[in-house]
Amino acid sequence: MKILFLMSSVPDTTSKINFTDNDTKFDESGIQFVINPHDEFGLTKAVQIKEKNGAEITVLNVGTAKTEPVIRKVLAIGADKAVRIDAEPLDSYFTAVQIADYIKKHNDFDLIIAGKESLDYNGGMVHGLVAGMTGLKFVNAVMGLELKDDKTVEVAREIDGGKEYIETTLPLIIGGQKGLVKEEELRIPNMRGIMMARKKPLEVLPPVDAPVRTKIDKFEKPAPKGAIKLVDKDNLDELIDLLHNEAKVI
Amino acid sequence: MSILIYAESQNGKVAKSAKELASYAKAYADKTGQEVFAVGAGLEDAGELFKYGVNKVLTVENETLKQFNAFAHAQMVADAARKNDANLVLISSSNDAVYMGPVLADLLDAGYVSQVISLPEESDTFIVKRKVFSNKGIAYTEVLTDNKLLRIAKNSFGVIEKPVEGTLEKFEPEVDLSVYDEYKVVKVDKATGKISLSDADIVVSAGRGLKGPENWGMIEELADVLGAATACSKPVADLGWRPHQEHVGQTGKQIAPNLYIAVGISGAIQHLAGVNGSKNMVVINNDPEAPFFKAADYGVVGDAFEVVPKLIEKIKAFKKQ
Repeated sequence: MKILFLMSSVPDTTSKINFTDNDTKFDESGIQFVINPHDEFGLTKAVQIKEKNGAEITVLNVGTAKTEPVIRKVLAIGADKAVRIDAEPLDSYFTAVQIADYIKKHNDFDLIIAGKESLDYNGGMVHGLVAGMTGLKFVNAVMGLELKDDKTVEVAREIDGGKEYIETTLPLIIGGQKGLVKEEELRIPNMRGIMMARKKPLEVLPPVDAPVRTKIDKFEKPAPKGAIKLVDKDNLDELIDLLHNEAKVI
Repeated sequence: MSILIYAESQNGKVAKSAKELASYAKAYADKTGQEVFAVGAGLEDAGELFKYGVNKVLTVENETLKQFNAFAHAQMVADAARKNDANLVLISSSNDAVYMGPVLADLLDAGYVSQVISLPEESDTFIVKRKVFSNKGIAYTEVLTDNKLLRIAKNSFGVIEKPVEGTLEKFEPEVDLSVYDEYKVVKVDKATGKISLSDADIVVSAGRGLKGPENWGMIEELADVLGAATACSKPVADLGWRPHQEHVGQTGKQIAPNLYIAVGISGAIQHLAGVNGSKNMVVINNDPEAPFFKAADYGVVGDAFEVVPKLIEKIKAFKKQ
């Protein structure tokens, strides 16, 4: 089986977010980049499939050379080879065109695993756009995946208030998330993996020409919260009054 | 030119999210002199949408289409957009709509913006604000294509009544129904009778400060008297005290209720990223230094085991008035 793992490199989840250049750019100074947390569940799932059924895992990232340390981390966790399409991911459409082009040229992946969204721009659309462009099957917000046989797969996707189990066939693109594997099963790189990752191939490809469909003109930070109103624990009637008359929520 | 909304149903009725989309579309239509259309499958009370400014509802009665399939529904919406000259299409942020969104964007050749929180700016270009960096930033995003698809963030615009005289029109979309064979729904697990976390207007959430799963009775009771859903922090889900479906935060569910009550949750940055879309937040914690006190609107410094039972009694008394 051949698995393609689509990886986003995003700011560590504890990062303070600031903007620079007159609020037109995300300020990367002092930011630690990590594998997108939603992607991590899919990566571990891919490694589990490889260990159980045998598979070759390729990690694909659209990014500049800055993402290479994060790509190496994916190799250390268990991917076999890496491809980086050397471009700033300008918008979701541009990024999806790059990935779709790579998939069409190779055309032999059974399972393509992404995260349901990346925790930087939260678009949640690149993998779905790729599905549209390649005509591959696609299920989003996947919380469980079971290979039934060579071709058939059962996936559980999150729906509002529950889960829906879908039987479909490979090749398939999934938008993974928490639940795909258990939290305690998540893999982190060990020393041996890190040593091996140094020798694994990392191919750098030029991007294909593609337009953007959206463009960020400027950023701002959410308006600061007003000061909290503290209520004495022996005067909870005041809290109820505030929630009823001021917030108008009860 | 017109605006089209994808109207989802809940138990056969027009979902609250569809009313919010209609309110958004109407507010923009009033500025630009356009008409608002809606399309939905199996809406028993489709006329409800007139109250929120929809001029025409395209009702789809095809039995197969009444069940959600992202590819079929994307085709349905794209066909409705083409036939009604709609170049602006709005969808909600439900799990189904999030799944369908990129497929629809591809069919419409549309620039697609997620997590939109504002009407388009008054400008020559089409610019909307959207949430980025898990609510820690806002991006003014310009859409460069003729067709535009916006996914509106839940509870960001509100439901506003603006009744119009509307019409219902039976619509038989051109959809390739074979996609239903490609994705067979074999089972659905849905908690019935309980308020689901994603739909709830009020959410009561608790963290490690509760000391153990045996102490959740009072949290459930508080949720019960408020008609709220229950949630929890990540450590609590990881410890197995509560089911993972209840985990709210950056890697769990992201919610935006009208009221979020956090009991015994310190307010780590990853937790806040999942809940700071809430309209109002109340924190109950015995540590006045807990970071949640910097993020919340209302706070009570005190022991949860003392404050929560008292609060339950007070709310019961208030509800009886």
